[in-house]
Amino acid sequence: MRIVIPLAITFVAGMIMVLNFFVPHEPFKLLGDNLQEWYMIVASAAIFLGAMNLLHVHFRKIRLKLKNWKYSPVTIIGFLMMLVTGIIYGVVEGMPFDYLFQSAVVPMGATMFSLLAFFVASAAFRAFRASNWRATLLLTSAFIVMLGQVPIGAMIWDKIPLAKVWLMSVPNTAGQRAVMIGAAMGVVATSLRMIFGIERSYLGGTD
Amino acid sequence: MAGMIEKMGNLDRRIIFILIALSVIIPLALGLIFPNPVGAEPSRALFDYVEALPAGSSVLLSFDYDPSTMPELQPMAMAMLQHLFRNDVKVVGMALWPMGASLGQDAMSSVGDSLGKVQYEDWCMLGYKTGGGVMIVRLGSGIQAVFPTDKDNVPWSEIPMLAAYSTLQDFDMVLSLSAGDPGIPAWIMMAGDRFGVPIGGGCTAVSAPQFYPYLGTGQLVGLLGGLKGAADYETLVREHPDAVGAEGGRAVAGMAPQSVAHLVIMLLIVMGNVAYFAEKKRKGGVK
Repeated sequence: MRIVIPLAITFVAGMIMVLNFFVPHEPFKLLGDNLQEWYMIVASAAIFLGAMNLLHVHFRKIRLKLKNWKYSPVTIIGFLMMLVTGIIYGVVEGMPFDYLFQSAVVPMGATMFSLLAFFVASAAFRAFRASNWRATLLLTSAFIVMLGQVPIGAMIWDKIPLAKVWLMSVPNTAGQRAVMIGAAMGVVATSLRMIFGIERSYLGGTD
Repeated sequence: MAGMIEKMGNLDRRIIFILIALSVIIPLALGLIFPNPVGAEPSRALFDYVEALPAGSSVLLSFDYDPSTMPELQPMAMAMLQHLFRNDVKVVGMALWPMGASLGQDAMSSVGDSLGKVQYEDWCMLGYKTGGGVMIVRLGSGIQAVFPTDKDNVPWSEIPMLAAYSTLQDFDMVLSLSAGDPGIPAWIMMAGDRFGVPIGGGCTAVSAPQFYPYLGTGQLVGLLGGLKGAADYETLVREHPDAVGAEGGRAVAGMAPQSVAHLVIMLLIVMGNVAYFAEKKRKGGVK
């Protein structure tokens, strides 16, 4: 029963959503809408579960003095500060939560993403080599796209932005399409395997 | 000479970091502004589509990003809102990312206030809801069921402008500012392909290449890619004859540091390759 019941739930829920897509009328519409609302409720509960897990992991790290445990109090204090200010004062503009969000979360988030530029530059310097004709082609394309992505490219030669648009619209699109079609076929195949009980790894077993 | 090339090949990464920092700081400190001509880019296609919306149209603007990608996507939001409000288009905001709702509300209130637009009459922010693509499908059969209140907990029935909307199909267009998943692909697959709502959007520069296939098929009416896309939109909004009092320019201002940083990165790549080939030649690898 531990296997049969989850498989049955997966089959029924999957078939309802498939039928809801191809036959968007009652009773499938009502059933589909209900399942979608359940999904949102479960996803919301998962956020709560994630928050609890965050606290559990970091309290455990502090208790056992695991590697880099000194950062954990910062995480917990930050989490609790946002939680408490949000609950007490609400999340509207001008309140402490909003102040913390604008003054701490926003600049810290932007800083983390900005670090990418430094690492990209360092990695490009060390690894971007014209070692064969394919790498040279990639390097040339990268230069054209980098120049076409900024106004200085057009200042150097007004055809560079056009070349960038062509590279993105033709060779890039061809490659992206191949990846997307392959991935989509994989999703369809895996979904059908799950609905019909062939793929069972999500139940926690290996078969 | 050989020693210098060897040194060049082993450049300390801290020097690279300093060079990149300076390439951004110096143009910003000098207030350098480069002219930003807009060619036949997907950003122009998006601008033209929005421009063609008649006054009184409705757009659902989804803020699907967080503070980490805000430097690229927030200028897009500001420029789009200026364009939409100037053309008297009603804007309903929402977010597929938790922190997008606050960033969206900030953008909507600041641009709305500057152009004399009234919250709950010309714009409102519904807030964040979890569920990604599934939630978008649910919007297709009833928005109020998903968002019974707006972000500030004002009930749906007390917001005058929302009386005109019951499902996703009541909007003339969806615009998604997307930093990842869920984002533009979910809107295309669920709102565009399933309910026939035109989709446009903006994304970070690194994710722009994956959306070009959708431009080719018309599933995306236009796309702003990275800070350049935002700068293009700002330029087009400000160049328009009705652009009296149009604010912004953050993205255009960011083009000079980005230009210099790109040149520095390209220079570093060239240096790395010179050192690589010199080393190869020294070892007899190049015949």
